[in-house]
Amino acid sequence: MKRVYSAAGDRIVSHDPLIVRRYGPFTRANHWLTAVSMLVLVLTGFAFFYPSLFFLTGLFGGGQIARWLHPIAGLVMAASFLILFVQLVRLNLPRREDVEWSMQIGDLLSGNENVMPPLGKYNAGQKLVFWGMAGLLAVMLVTGIMIWEEMVPLWQDRFPTLAGIPARRIAVALHALSAVLMMLLLILHVYAAIWTRGTFSAMLNGTVTGGWAYQHHRKWLRELAGRQGEGKPE
Amino acid sequence: MTDRAPQPTTAAANPPVQPLASNLLPSDVVRASAMPHITAPDRQLTKVAKLIDVSKCIGCKACQSACAEWNDTSPEIGENVGLYENPADLSSEMFTLMRYAEYENPATNELEWLIRKEGCMHCEDPGCLRACPAPGAIVQYSNGIVDFIHENCIGCGYCVTGCPFDVPRISPVKHVSTKCTLCSDRVAMGQGPACAKACPTQAITFGTKEAMIAHAEERIEDLKSRGYENAGLYDPQGVGGTHVMYVLHHADQPSLYSGLPDDPQIAPIVEDWKGPAKKVGLAAIGLAAVGAALHGIFARPLKVEPEDEEDAEGLVEAAERRAREDRA
Repeated sequence: MKRVYSAAGDRIVSHDPLIVRRYGPFTRANHWLTAVSMLVLVLTGFAFFYPSLFFLTGLFGGGQIARWLHPIAGLVMAASFLILFVQLVRLNLPRREDVEWSMQIGDLLSGNENVMPPLGKYNAGQKLVFWGMAGLLAVMLVTGIMIWEEMVPLWQDRFPTLAGIPARRIAVALHALSAVLMMLLLILHVYAAIWTRGTFSAMLNGTVTGGWAYQHHRKWLRELAGRQGEGKPE
Repeated sequence: MTDRAPQPTTAAANPPVQPLASNLLPSDVVRASAMPHITAPDRQLTKVAKLIDVSKCIGCKACQSACAEWNDTSPEIGENVGLYENPADLSSEMFTLMRYAEYENPATNELEWLIRKEGCMHCEDPGCLRACPAPGAIVQYSNGIVDFIHENCIGCGYCVTGCPFDVPRISPVKHVSTKCTLCSDRVAMGQGPACAKACPTQAITFGTKEAMIAHAEERIEDLKSRGYENAGLYDPQGVGGTHVMYVLHHADQPSLYSGLPDDPQIAPIVEDWKGPAKKVGLAAIGLAAVGAALHGIFARPLKVEPEDEEDAEGLVEAAERRAREDRA
């Protein structure tokens, strides 16, 4: 059975109780690095975003250090996300069932998950977070580099228009706008993980229970079981 | 107790010999960056201004030397790039710069050498102050001086994008933003700015804004009588007027003077994002967080029940069996 709904490394690790591995140690470490740099970026970014939140720079030792740290954390985040992106992109490509699932989102929110169509490893909401984050991060990376004051002298001779003040005004505003949208996605991402009980173990141990997989990602579970029945080496 | 220094009304005044206390106090701040709620000062200082009459300027750069001297800055020794400007641009070590433009006047067919002293304009509505995210890093005093308070500056460069005149420069060494202070430290002690004091032709004068406008009017009248019919005062209203003003022979075309903006304004994108957009953005994030919390409290969580675990085991068994059979 070819992998359609699952990634290399996904497998049933125990039958009684039924435990399924969703993420390997590398992917988990990768996600943690992304999460930690995101946290630094959110805290320092909020400080620059709104005057009454400027006190958050105190967590890092003051405004000067926060200003220095923010773009560095941004580069770490961008590199880390890129590695994550490569691992997750195939199963996040849109499929037909995503449309159906999205149309029935109301049922899910009111707690009738049983009537939702069965899914592979990711649902349309998770795919939205994935692609949204990827797109916004690209915008934030480019605009962020444009307004990274210390680094501007390194490239301004090659791209004088982009280093010019009118372009940087737009970059500052776009950076802030993308940050707001990213915060909305982040809230969606974190809340969905809280609301869907049993999800955090995927981030911590890399595994979920069979019931979790059955309930939320049935096609994924079925494919893993089928492959293991075939005796495919992992 | 020493007396407070007088408010300066001219750059020509000599320094006092008796010890005096500063007369530009933290309580004279009327606006500060990222601090929307400032207590109104208990007194209003007289609005001051520097008037630069470009028609009297001989381009000697004494003002630049005086500025570097007073502010203790050391511009890097550069290379001749074929310009009279030296250094080639404003920098964190050069707060004011003589700009030289050669203009062939089509009306008279004569070459005119238009020299302008560039530097902070001390806007009544400062774009730098609006753009700055660091509380108290940019302040405006009730006499109109806009000053950068370096210990509050984080060196982010937002003021650079906020300024309609391209004036602030970030020090690559100290990581703070710098610009002309209108010699706020001298003004605090009853003195006019160093550049005005050094100017040998009195092309730079300093005093109350009212007196400077009156002085400018005399100068404009004189220039008009000499054939400069478009002579006028540059006190751009797009930024609420400025506390550094120019007398220009071609006031109808300020951009002739090395790109002095014809109608400077705070860029709409800066104004919008630093105004309502920021509040809307924060509100959106806040609402999303509150919405998520409320949903978390009142809606049923997506929980996996013991039956689901059984169903899962059933599904896995069936799928494994089918796969084994297919293989056999």
